[in-house]
Amino acid sequence: MIVSRRWLEELLGQPLDPKDIEERCHGFGAPVEAVVPLHRELADVVVGRVLEAGRHPNADRLSLCRVDAGGADGPVEVVCGAPNVTAGKAYPFAPVGTVLPGGVKLERRKIRGVTSNGMLCSARELGLGQDHEGILELDTAAAPGTPLLEVLGMADDQIHIEVTANRPDLLGHKGVARELAASLGARLRLPPIPGAPPEGATPALHAVPTRGQDRGTVDGLEVRLEYPEGAPRYLMAVVRGVRVGPSPSWLAARLTAVGQRSINNIVDATNYILFELNQPLHAFDLARLRGPAVVVRDARAAEPIVTLDGVARTLAPGMTVIADAERATIVAGVMGSAESEVTAATTDVVVECAYFDPPRTRRTRRALGLQSESSYRFERGIDMLAMPDAMRRALEVIVAVAGGTVREPPLDLWPRPQQPRTVFLRPERVARLLGVAVPRADIERLLSSVGFVVAPKDERLAVQVPGWRPDVTREVDLIEEVARLRGYDSFPSELGPYRLGTVPDAPVERAKSRVRETCVRAGMLEARTMPLGPADGPDAVALANPMSVEEGFLRRRLLPGLVRRVAHNWTVRNRDIRLFEIGTVFRQGPGALPHEDIAVAGVLTGARRPRHWTDGEEVPDMDIWDLKHHFELAVASAQPDAVIRPGAEEGWDAVLEPGGEVVGRAQAVRTDQPAWAAAVFGFEVRMAATEPSPAAYRAMPTTPPVERDLALVLGSGATAAAVEAVIRRVAGSLLESVAVFDEYRGVTVPAGERSVAWRCVFRDPGRTLREQEVDAVLTRVVRALKEELDVQRREG
Amino acid sequence: MRDLLASLDGLRGRLPEIAQADAMHLQQLRTELLGRKAGALTAILKQLATLDPEVRRTVGAAANALKGELEAALDARVRALAEIAGDEAAHDLTMPGRTAWRGGLHVLTQVVDEVCDIFREVGFTRAVGPEAETERNNFFALNFPVDHPALDAQESFYLGDDVLLRTHTSPVQIRTLETHPPPVRVVIPGQVYRRDTFDPSHSPVFEQIEGLAVDEGITFVDFKATLAYFARRFFGPRTRVRFSPSFFPFTEPSADMAASCSVCDGRGCPTCKQTGWLEILGSGMVHPAVLENCGVDAERYTGFAFGMGAQRLAMVRHGIPDIRLFFESDVRFLRQFAGRGR
Repeated sequence: MIVSRRWLEELLGQPLDPKDIEERCHGFGAPVEAVVPLHRELADVVVGRVLEAGRHPNADRLSLCRVDAGGADGPVEVVCGAPNVTAGKAYPFAPVGTVLPGGVKLERRKIRGVTSNGMLCSARELGLGQDHEGILELDTAAAPGTPLLEVLGMADDQIHIEVTANRPDLLGHKGVARELAASLGARLRLPPIPGAPPEGATPALHAVPTRGQDRGTVDGLEVRLEYPEGAPRYLMAVVRGVRVGPSPSWLAARLTAVGQRSINNIVDATNYILFELNQPLHAFDLARLRGPAVVVRDARAAEPIVTLDGVARTLAPGMTVIADAERATIVAGVMGSAESEVTAATTDVVVECAYFDPPRTRRTRRALGLQSESSYRFERGIDMLAMPDAMRRALEVIVAVAGGTVREPPLDLWPRPQQPRTVFLRPERVARLLGVAVPRADIERLLSSVGFVVAPKDERLAVQVPGWRPDVTREVDLIEEVARLRGYDSFPSELGPYRLGTVPDAPVERAKSRVRETCVRAGMLEARTMPLGPADGPDAVALANPMSVEEGFLRRRLLPGLVRRVAHNWTVRNRDIRLFEIGTVFRQGPGALPHEDIAVAGVLTGARRPRHWTDGEEVPDMDIWDLKHHFELAVASAQPDAVIRPGAEEGWDAVLEPGGEVVGRAQAVRTDQPAWAAAVFGFEVRMAATEPSPAAYRAMPTTPPVERDLALVLGSGATAAAVEAVIRRVAGSLLESVAVFDEYRGVTVPAGERSVAWRCVFRDPGRTLREQEVDAVLTRVVRALKEELDVQRREG
Repeated sequence: MRDLLASLDGLRGRLPEIAQADAMHLQQLRTELLGRKAGALTAILKQLATLDPEVRRTVGAAANALKGELEAALDARVRALAEIAGDEAAHDLTMPGRTAWRGGLHVLTQVVDEVCDIFREVGFTRAVGPEAETERNNFFALNFPVDHPALDAQESFYLGDDVLLRTHTSPVQIRTLETHPPPVRVVIPGQVYRRDTFDPSHSPVFEQIEGLAVDEGITFVDFKATLAYFARRFFGPRTRVRFSPSFFPFTEPSADMAASCSVCDGRGCPTCKQTGWLEILGSGMVHPAVLENCGVDAERYTGFAFGMGAQRLAMVRHGIPDIRLFFESDVRFLRQFAGRGR
């Protein structure tokens, strides 16, 4: 919302400082986004009084003037080309250095041999109008040197305030001024309309509510309110004999100051009321209403309409329309019609002052994709109780700026009249919520300052809510008003005691934190990727209203997103990349809500470790054994109960037994990659939010170990895991650990077979093992391997 | 022969002494044991020639083995002493050390954890909820009226008729209050979705941190105090805070909180757009309608709630100019916040 500082000054009857307004607006809840001084380009132009005007010595059409522009060095010589320059009169004077509208900077220069120290300006040169017949004569007694903007009353600031959706009253200058008046201790009063008769002089401007009625006539115009759900209150007036034309300068200036274009005196008058009182109005040409009648009704199914922008649209029930005797021409509160607009030929004007139902207006506006200053206000709710006042002031303005007469009071259709709402407030509840006992007298004073009417009622206060505050419906809203008007900063902020809550930490958050730590310790960098992407499987969850096809689905896995991030890193020549992410993945679920899981995924590519100068040659790139290590770490922390098995392709699965459910997968990732990039490996594990049981202490053995190396020749069918299982089972409790330390394929091993060597460590924690015992165990192991797996000990 | 072997054992007993010796003592030991003229072992070796061949073989083997041991021990001690002394002739110690890949948490994770940890200091535990939500939990239980302009700020991605991606973490307030009796003190981090196109300060997906405290006797003063505590802990002890009226359907009174700019200390700079203040969070006292919608007695219980954007906090704190950097996953960006190292 843009407010004009001058407009506020008129309403408050005192000068305002933009910085001060900014502070106060912030304090009452409408933060200022920007303050834009208007006509900045004219700031250097001053009043110049022409002391002497003589002929230019070298040019017939030019005059040479001595101008007092208030400068300390006395009057200056100025060459002027205008025919109307007259000694003794005042004109706008632009000194050397001024940049005029259009961007021309005035230089000191010689004109036909005489130096001119500035310029006397025409209206057009100042961007104030089209008049270029001569320089602008100023009817002022102001001292030479006074800024022109002050003399013309045009100095103004646009104050852009942010208005929250609950405060429609702040969408008009009066509402903003009301809050400022409370803050400043000033008095709010509507300024008189220039040229309007004194108040009360025209009784016909005052509407008389037709309580309970939904139809009537005003000055020969029939009005029927057939859809009070869409328009609970509807006022209409007729002004006959207007002269449509340009607005007077005061009216045009008001609208320009809030960023609106001046259109004609009738439209400008309605817009003036919109921005002053926050009451949208509509003016139609009576001659173009068939009937003449105005019918407010519900739109029919698939009812066609051509709106003011020339677009053919289709309406639906629930949208309120304004029709004449034949057909609908206006979508109520949203958009008018070209047919009934006021034109230069209009003489009799119909003025509509309506309350359109906020939710219906919003639905209609969204369905039609239209938005206007009016619909914005109707959606938020205007002051239903102040409509007759707004209508009266609108008629005053119209008559003042366009002439014409109002022969009959406005018709006021209000089938179900409403009383102002009363909300009860318990002073002790104020203390209970705000933590400060605000004295009852202060509560009354604060609420009254912005228009609430407060009366004691038992131990409570009965608070009548003004019509412009549709947001105040219950006690807590009044408590907010008390806090707001007292000032949030006036409340202390000392931390008091509190009770611990009943909500335990979410297990999944703790699990995520453990998995993160694991991945970071493994040298991986945490990434965040967009959860929206292309479809990734038949049970991917689609967005009903995506912003693009590439981002039409929720991610089903994290890994594809991470691989895309690897590709991005390649574009900036990063080669060594180890990323992981923990995030939500989505699948279609049995109900309306999708199924959500938390997953961890990682990608690895590039050097196994940073190259050190002692390494000599290049460090090897990561391979599937690096992948397996990272996968094992991730599974151990994210799915502690899962076991890892070779998977379908060259990779591994993490499997939950006994069901065999696959909860994780690791494999090489095939992707288009630059020639210099290394192979990419990826894994993903669905997380379980299980708390690990605390690690139990085991006494460190004091007896010595016995180590034995066991080199075995494995045929094509035998796996290391199977061999190890046999070793462990047969060796029993004396075996402390067993681990592969070598694999060999080559000339000394038959083709298709390989030699794998294990180091076995035996130990009895209670006594020193004898070599012969260990040899006996090993003999049993070798025999079992031969029998069960046909695996032999390697010769020699 | 036995005497000679006993002498050798006696000399072997000097080995621990070598391992402890300082540089000067080491030189003395070398001379005393292995000195060419008067070394004790040298003397034994010199005698070998005079012995029987059989004795000579036994004693000679033992003596030579001991000589090797002593020399090795002396050399090892020399190296050890050199290392302790930082012998620059041996190594250029300005050469880089051996490194390993260094992992790191995303800057957003760090900010979220820090915020949650600060609130943990004043009794808040950590809760979460799903990212896909019902309209009821996301809007209507939070007191958003149907067809109200307040919905305009929350343009949503829909998945179905009344299912959408949550536009804020506030639906977890509803889930928490419906499942846990007061007192409730939780912070709720999580990803949220709005139909905004990417630009330097907007993203269709971002991270929010919600907070909720509900109990008997919680007041506006507690609310201000808790958030001021957070601001000072997060931005520094000199931080000042400013609360101003705002509007959220689920809080009443509602407030925006600004903190004095941590970059310029409130004097005005580009980060705070010359205002001296940084808008940090939206907040307020929990609206009684929200408590009622969750079956909590709104006469007996009061509370406060707040929500802040983790990206915004990270951008302010770390001077990150563009929200898109958080999702790009350029390892050069990620490494900047992963601590020192590679």
